[in-house]
Amino acid sequence: MASANWLPLGHVYYEKMELYSLEWGDQIDLAKFIVAPAPYGGPLALMRDDSNNPNLSGNVKPIIHAFTSSGKPIGQLRVCSLFEAKDTKVLDVRIFRSYKGTGIAVLTCNYRIFMVNCIDDLRVRRLAEVPGLNSAPTAWGIITMDGQSQALVAKQNELYLVDHGGQYQQQSIDVSVPAEAIMDMAISFNNKYLALFTESGIVWIGSADLKKKYCEFNTKSHQRPSQFIWSGPGAVVALWDKLMLVIGPDKDYISFQNDSTVSLVEEEDGVRIVGRDNVEFFRKVPLVTEQIFKIASMEPGAMLFEASREFERESQRADEYIRTIKDSLDIAVSQCIQAAGHEVEPSKQRALLKAASFGKCFLTDYNPEPFFNMCQMLRILNQVRNPNIGIPLTYSQLEHLTMAVLIDRLVLRKYFYLAIRICQYLKLPESEGASRILAHWACYKVLQKNEDDEQVAYAIRDKMGDTPGVSYSDIASKALECGRTDLAIRLLDYEPKAARQVPLLLQMKKEHIALNKAIDSGDTDLIYFVLMRLKDTMPQGEFFMAIRNIPVALSLFLQNRGPYLKTLKFRKFPGGPIFPGKVLNKGHPIFNNAKESYMKARNEFAAKQVEDEIKLLKYQRRLEEELRRPYMDLSVHQTVHKLIVDNSHKMADQIRKEFKIPDKRYWWLRIDALAEAGEWMELDKFSKTKKPQLGMEAFVEACLKHGNKREAMKYIPRVLPDKKVQCLIQMGDLKQAAEAAFENRNEDDLNKVLRKCTLADRAIEDQIKGYKQQLAGGRR
Amino acid sequence: MAAAGNEKFPDMTRLNKKSRQDIERCLNEFQGRKDLVLDPDLMKPLDRITGGAAFLKDNGVDKIFKLDRADKQIKLVGCDRRVYLVRPKINIMKIIADHISSEQSRGENRKYRIVMVPRRLFLCEMILEQEGVLGHCDLDEVDLNLLPLDTDILSMETPEFFKSFYLDSDLTLLQTVSKSVHTIQGITGEIPNVYCLGRAGKMCYELLKQMTGERLIQPDYPRSEIGHLFLIDRGVDFVTPLCSQVTYEGLLDDMFGIQCGCVEFGKDITQKDQPVKVRLNSEDEMYEAIRCRHFTNVFDFLKSKAQDLQSLSDKRKEFTKVKDMKDFVANDLRKLNQSKANLTYHIGACEQIIQKKNKGDFVEYMQTEHSLLEGTALRENLNYIEESINKQNSLMSNLKLMCLTSLTNDGIPARDYKSLKTQFVQSHGFEQLITFHNLKKVGLLREQEVSSQSRVSAGVAALTRNSSFKNIRKRLNLIPSVDVDLRSPCDMSYVFSGAYAPLSCKLVEQVLQREGFSGMEEITKHIPGSVHADVKLRTPGKGIKGMTNQPGRPAPVVLVYFIGGCTYSEIAALRFLGKQQGYKFIVATTSLFNGNSMLNTVIEKSPL
Repeated sequence: MASANWLPLGHVYYEKMELYSLEWGDQIDLAKFIVAPAPYGGPLALMRDDSNNPNLSGNVKPIIHAFTSSGKPIGQLRVCSLFEAKDTKVLDVRIFRSYKGTGIAVLTCNYRIFMVNCIDDLRVRRLAEVPGLNSAPTAWGIITMDGQSQALVAKQNELYLVDHGGQYQQQSIDVSVPAEAIMDMAISFNNKYLALFTESGIVWIGSADLKKKYCEFNTKSHQRPSQFIWSGPGAVVALWDKLMLVIGPDKDYISFQNDSTVSLVEEEDGVRIVGRDNVEFFRKVPLVTEQIFKIASMEPGAMLFEASREFERESQRADEYIRTIKDSLDIAVSQCIQAAGHEVEPSKQRALLKAASFGKCFLTDYNPEPFFNMCQMLRILNQVRNPNIGIPLTYSQLEHLTMAVLIDRLVLRKYFYLAIRICQYLKLPESEGASRILAHWACYKVLQKNEDDEQVAYAIRDKMGDTPGVSYSDIASKALECGRTDLAIRLLDYEPKAARQVPLLLQMKKEHIALNKAIDSGDTDLIYFVLMRLKDTMPQGEFFMAIRNIPVALSLFLQNRGPYLKTLKFRKFPGGPIFPGKVLNKGHPIFNNAKESYMKARNEFAAKQVEDEIKLLKYQRRLEEELRRPYMDLSVHQTVHKLIVDNSHKMADQIRKEFKIPDKRYWWLRIDALAEAGEWMELDKFSKTKKPQLGMEAFVEACLKHGNKREAMKYIPRVLPDKKVQCLIQMGDLKQAAEAAFENRNEDDLNKVLRKCTLADRAIEDQIKGYKQQLAGGRR
Repeated sequence: MAAAGNEKFPDMTRLNKKSRQDIERCLNEFQGRKDLVLDPDLMKPLDRITGGAAFLKDNGVDKIFKLDRADKQIKLVGCDRRVYLVRPKINIMKIIADHISSEQSRGENRKYRIVMVPRRLFLCEMILEQEGVLGHCDLDEVDLNLLPLDTDILSMETPEFFKSFYLDSDLTLLQTVSKSVHTIQGITGEIPNVYCLGRAGKMCYELLKQMTGERLIQPDYPRSEIGHLFLIDRGVDFVTPLCSQVTYEGLLDDMFGIQCGCVEFGKDITQKDQPVKVRLNSEDEMYEAIRCRHFTNVFDFLKSKAQDLQSLSDKRKEFTKVKDMKDFVANDLRKLNQSKANLTYHIGACEQIIQKKNKGDFVEYMQTEHSLLEGTALRENLNYIEESINKQNSLMSNLKLMCLTSLTNDGIPARDYKSLKTQFVQSHGFEQLITFHNLKKVGLLREQEVSSQSRVSAGVAALTRNSSFKNIRKRLNLIPSVDVDLRSPCDMSYVFSGAYAPLSCKLVEQVLQREGFSGMEEITKHIPGSVHADVKLRTPGKGIKGMTNQPGRPAPVVLVYFIGGCTYSEIAALRFLGKQQGYKFIVATTSLFNGNSMLNTVIEKSPL
């Protein structure tokens, strides 16, 4: 029977169960250690208590050993030097739960209390002075009420409540022997109840505001208990070495005799007892558990549990039990689910959940969520309770602690894998679950200095992949913090957001990598950001050398700093863009510079072009002076053309030779220029030059271009037969064109003419069709 | 889901609405009456977004000035608050800084707010700081990126993208591109299948992924209104924009220049003193019918349309009842007159185009172009180009042919390159050397790399070897083997008179067929900057088999984003492809352009 080892305390029951058996057994005698445990299944810190051993005192630095609740060592640290507050020594410390988080209060040797409400926000508050306090208070504690933490200080038999506003209030309590000094006090976990221990061994239990007294219990012990704490809100536990006394609010008590020195850990719903051989948990039996397992309980939950057991045994009584609770079956199921949560033994959990599931079968519209959630929670709780992990959380503690905190704690204890599996099991979104843990893991990984950079980076990359919510730059900055620059760079490679990479790289003075990353990102802003940083930090020459081989950076910089860098372009970047069109006219030095640059860059072609341009400019200047007409800014072709039009043939000839204008070009040029000038005689003469470079059609074209059809006609007879048709078409003489095409017996040409025919040219169209028939006939 | 084909285009005017709200917010945040100083670059887009000055007045704008880039000393007289709506450029910042500091020194007290479009740049801030005016002004940004010009055309209208990205390697605008895709996805849902072609495409996708970043909700791909996204780097296909356009819309752009979906017709077409702005979009039914046609096919249509209109207006002579007449005047007359006016404009434009094409050696030009695309007779073509340079033909057409030669042959053989360059400089002036440099940097025009082994044999090899364009052309069938009927085309190559199918569109077609690049390795290895596909939702029966286990299919709507610019011919080809294969294509681009406007951004302007 589950209720067999329940211990009655008044009309409620308490139970004590073993959580772990400890293996440290022989090595550690708790009596010789100072034990500092952490609540919520937290670890234990042990420090050898040397105070009774004067031989050992001196310069030996004490070692603090940390163990999990299951007694597995998790580390040790050596206290390097015990800090002393500037001019005051700390006498005593209380850690308390304020409305903001975990708080710390210290009592200094001049008997003042200082308090920090939240360890994340270190604002120290000094509490008011207790009047007439000239020795250490006999007992003190911190009470959080109405959103404010106050210290309750006992000076012999007087009680004072002091706050950080400088106020103190003397409190009076309803004690049977008021003159006795208060030796110890305990404030319950929920800050609602207060227990006092007096000189003569009387335990006073009342409400935290001291207004209500529940009972007074005489322990008859004049010795102050080694530990005096609450076990949940329902009982006070006092410990004298091996004797443990549990006192209920109605003067009921239970006493235990432990077989070794133990240490107590106050929890929200009970007390953890750390002994030599095992860790036990002492708590009040939760109400639902009591309802189900109490002997002869008629609660629906109890009936359902019974029914389920009968069902297992394949007995028809199961049905009877179900029938009796038919109307309250939903309550029964809920009770079973709740009770399962409070169980520590997986077998019991299973039995209760089975019962709940059995009961659920008879319900049609029962919300399955509580059942499902409970199964999930229990799985997780059982996992973390595993001695290897050693976090003995109860369900109600977890509820208070929340899952997120539990995961954080697992992460801090470096149980990354378990934490991730829990997140995945709970289907938490990746960004707040798994990837956050991965990030922690990576940061931890980075701290392992014995591993090779590449391996670490690879391992991290391998695990994290592209998980959303992971910022490689954060990990990298962690790596940077611990001086692993190379690793940081490697990690940053994986960071997809260049905007995060770049500042860090700059911080590491890896300007070149930063610049490359910025360029790769395509974010111009970022590139400018790096460039400007570089420009400010590097000597100018070095800066230019750095960017000259990076076209993107260079062009961006030039865009920005255009005018100022013009000269630089010449000198430093031969073969690059030459110079802006605007300066062309100004003068020669710039051209000579350009030419030199090109020579250096072995771009002979361009150098030659520059030389030609210099020559041309000289000519043009001369021409302007001699002929009083503008020639500047014209190209070679245009210059010659203009010269011919202006009737300066000699000059034109000279330039033609100087610049080696090809004959063909010269012909085109001359024909056009003559036609433009209307020098038809000259044109005619030119057409009769020996060794003509162009066919007569060029002349026809030129004449037509300048609107002289009559002149054009003159050249038609001399046009070669195959070009004639085209010329005639251009002239608009379709009839002749058709005839010419027919003469050449060229059907394609005939078609060409035909296509040009419009409605008005019916006659010609017919004529062509005739020709075409004739051609076709002739071929046949 | 509706079957492919009869689905409507996702409503892209929502983009417009968003932009309008952004402007509204930005203006209203700066409380009180204020003057607005506008960047001339932003005037047309702003006009399209807001639909006129009334909108601005409603939002507290008092006077509107144009920011004059030339005149720095201009005095703006207005109220004590001023908003600058500008592109984040250095010279503009300098002008603004001049304004502010001179007004400050005159003791005029004003509040300034500088709103940068599409985003605020660190660089600009830095300049304002250097000029010592940062303290006097608020900075803000408004993300106006894509402008819906039509149901299926979105454009950023930033022609400077081409220069800044390809020539100055400035990646700022690439971010804007990604942002714009992000905005679209915000409206239509995340696009499941993404195909990137070329460097810019890939970079843009990387940025986009960063923006999408850590999302909490898994996107619902089958419900996304757009099923496929192409991010095409213009550098993948420089050839197509260099070809002379022969669709009606393309010709309009080549001849008159379409800006922000509007074309301005001059006096010789409209017979009016003022130039007339005509909005070109699918709302105009007649225009919708002719815009994608091959030009030879337009005139006849217009003729028949004219007859229709005539008969329609003749109808009123038959009216006997007053009511009929009233109805006609009330309903049809306005529309009729509008159609008539439009018709006249289009006919006028056609005539102009024909006139221009008849002049000069248009035929030879086209022949050369086609022969370059086909890869035949390189020698003759080079001769033609040389002759064309010698004849002092227009700089643009010469450059276009040279670039085409270079692109189709992996560069121009070294000796020819030098001679052409010399000739070109002699014709058009020395400063064109810079143009050559620029074109080389962009990758449009370069000299063939000579293998160091032997220079003699290299010359021969250069003429015979296979260029990457040749390979792509062969594998993608860019030159149709059959004659294409230009009146009722069966192949998208009709947009270039059946001589060439635009490479970019052909790639889109092939990738869509496979939903990925598998099996295209021989082609993709020739694409500069490589390719990348991210396919999350397959149409059943496409691509790799056995991967169709996801539910749903992508919407048959394809967003093709041309990063660096896009021509009207390509749009026409995609529309054709859409009709043929049951897709809806939406074209987004940094700007709509043609060969001339593309080159115009990178050539050195002659000082004349």
